[in-house]
Amino acid sequence: MSDNSLRVVWIYPDLLSTYGDQGNVLVVERRARQRRLDVQRLDVRSDQQIPTSGDIYLIGGGEDRPQRLAAERLIRDGGLDRAVSNGAIVFSVCAGYQILGHEFINDLGERQQGLGLLDVVSTRGEGDRCVGDVLADIDPKLGLPPLTGFENHQGVTHLGQSARPFAKVRFGNGNGVGDGYEGAWNDTVFGTYMHGPVMARNPHIADLLIKLALDVNALPPADDRWYEALRQERIAAATENA
Amino acid sequence: MAGNTEPLSPRAKLAVTAGKAAAAVSRAAGRGSGSVIGGRVALKLDPDLLASLARHLDVVLVSATNGKTTTTRLIAEALRASGPVVSNALGANMPAGITSALAGGSDAKFGVIEVDEKYLATVARDVTPKAIALLNLSRDQLDRAAETRMLAERWREGLSGSKALIIANADDPLIVWAASASANVVWVAAGQEWKDDAWSCPSCGGVMQRPGDDWFCAECGFRRPMPSWALSGDHVLDPHGSAWPIKLQLPGRANKANATTSAAVAAAFGVPPQVALERMFSVQAVAGRYDVVTFQERELRLLLAKNPAGWLETFSLIDGPPTPVIMSVNARGADGTDTSWLWDVDYTRLAGHPIFVLGDRKLDLAVRLEVAGLDFQVCETLDEAVGQAPAGRIEVIANYTAFQDLRRRVGN
Repeated sequence: MSDNSLRVVWIYPDLLSTYGDQGNVLVVERRARQRRLDVQRLDVRSDQQIPTSGDIYLIGGGEDRPQRLAAERLIRDGGLDRAVSNGAIVFSVCAGYQILGHEFINDLGERQQGLGLLDVVSTRGEGDRCVGDVLADIDPKLGLPPLTGFENHQGVTHLGQSARPFAKVRFGNGNGVGDGYEGAWNDTVFGTYMHGPVMARNPHIADLLIKLALDVNALPPADDRWYEALRQERIAAATENA
Repeated sequence: MAGNTEPLSPRAKLAVTAGKAAAAVSRAAGRGSGSVIGGRVALKLDPDLLASLARHLDVVLVSATNGKTTTTRLIAEALRASGPVVSNALGANMPAGITSALAGGSDAKFGVIEVDEKYLATVARDVTPKAIALLNLSRDQLDRAAETRMLAERWREGLSGSKALIIANADDPLIVWAASASANVVWVAAGQEWKDDAWSCPSCGGVMQRPGDDWFCAECGFRRPMPSWALSGDHVLDPHGSAWPIKLQLPGRANKANATTSAAVAAAFGVPPQVALERMFSVQAVAGRYDVVTFQERELRLLLAKNPAGWLETFSLIDGPPTPVIMSVNARGADGTDTSWLWDVDYTRLAGHPIFVLGDRKLDLAVRLEVAGLDFQVCETLDEAVGQAPAGRIEVIANYTAFQDLRRRVGN
């Protein structure tokens, strides 16, 4: 990427923007601008081509049928694959997370192929839907403070060899396999079940993506006052509810 | 009048009496109006009670994500031109609350009934309505509600065999999908500002094209039907092309849309638009919504907004800057416990207003406003927010339980 610009691509808002996850785009944009970066946000609808020149790609959660349509269209498009080969960063939530794996169960109850950018396979849980506040510890390799979020899903996601768990759950369900893990990541591709939206409650994740995209180790400080106040409140709530 | 010529069966009478007794006990215990508990007791004794109570009435059902309580009030006022009306005016809109409301109106000719979205198909089967008004569908309480498109699908299946006249919003693709399998539909161009739940064709999943006020799916041909009624500025256009002025005390575009649909419903019951619209003027506030109250010697207008579509319509009706705006957000059971929806609301529309934030989830709202680049003040109480607000009438916007809290605080 060029020195001072950051291209942020918001994938398929017409299909995968149902649970407030566009907040992730807004937080990345805001925090990049506060660091004096020139941000270009590109919203790509599912009848448009995915550009391959983005720095950060964000995908949100959606309902079951839109999830199937999004997976079909992303595979047909091929742009996201090429962007990742070029080193782009991808951060995905819930239905978007499942789409990035090898396969998931669609609205017709069928196994459907995903993009295979994350070494995970998702199935549908037998029990109750996982709904509520979550508190988890993020993979120490990423050097981030605890993860707080709101989960609302029926999916169960199994990690393969080359995917690392994004976090280890203290309170809540996460991937729902029973091993206590939440989300998955490899070098540049991330997936989580957390809404909230997750970046509003964990602005350090937005900073991490910006640092990876810029290939820098640190960013100038930003005003975290309100994020921190919200984090303390939600962490206390998740702990109390447990 | 077409009142109760056939008496209720002994079982139904007993059920009504038992229900009223339970409601009275509940009221005496200080637990609200008791209408829901009364209805529950009555339905348990006679599961067919709702159908029996409705048999003697000309019924219209009203359902939507937003505006159903207000529209129910507007229709009730309009139909009173032609006879006594029974209505669940307090918004108890599930079968028990509806049963209780109908049991209280033995002399009525018309039943004007608000129905929760999830129960529409069931209630429509039980009460064989003469008309059903469908206003809009959008995301609401996603931590527990059915998917929005699935709701439209269930309405479509549930209403396809109904003999009722469906009066439906042609500008909401999900409503059109829900209504278009029915035999008798009157389309109303009532508008819908919020578009983000209908970019995907409800029929085939294609991407919806939305040039201007029109919409269509280029893949399967599903498209906006030709409306016979329309909201046009401050007027209702009827099927004959006549324009009738809308005179409301209720503010905002959304209420003009509600009045337009109500006029179309009234016409189906024989009340002409002019008469219907004149009667609607008497509606001032609906269960405290839009009420202007005095608190700490300041004027406050109380506005309820429960979901992104509702917040969008509310922003378009508030007075411009520098009018102060107080917002209160909770996330208790009745609100939905996930606050992510705040990020689907475009708060940049509040730029220039002095903003004050309170409620259980004021910190979620604070982060939302910070990211929107707005200045705001976080307050612990309404008293504090009002005390800090600069001069002028204050717009107070709150979601469901936050709104109830505010009403209690201002003694409304």
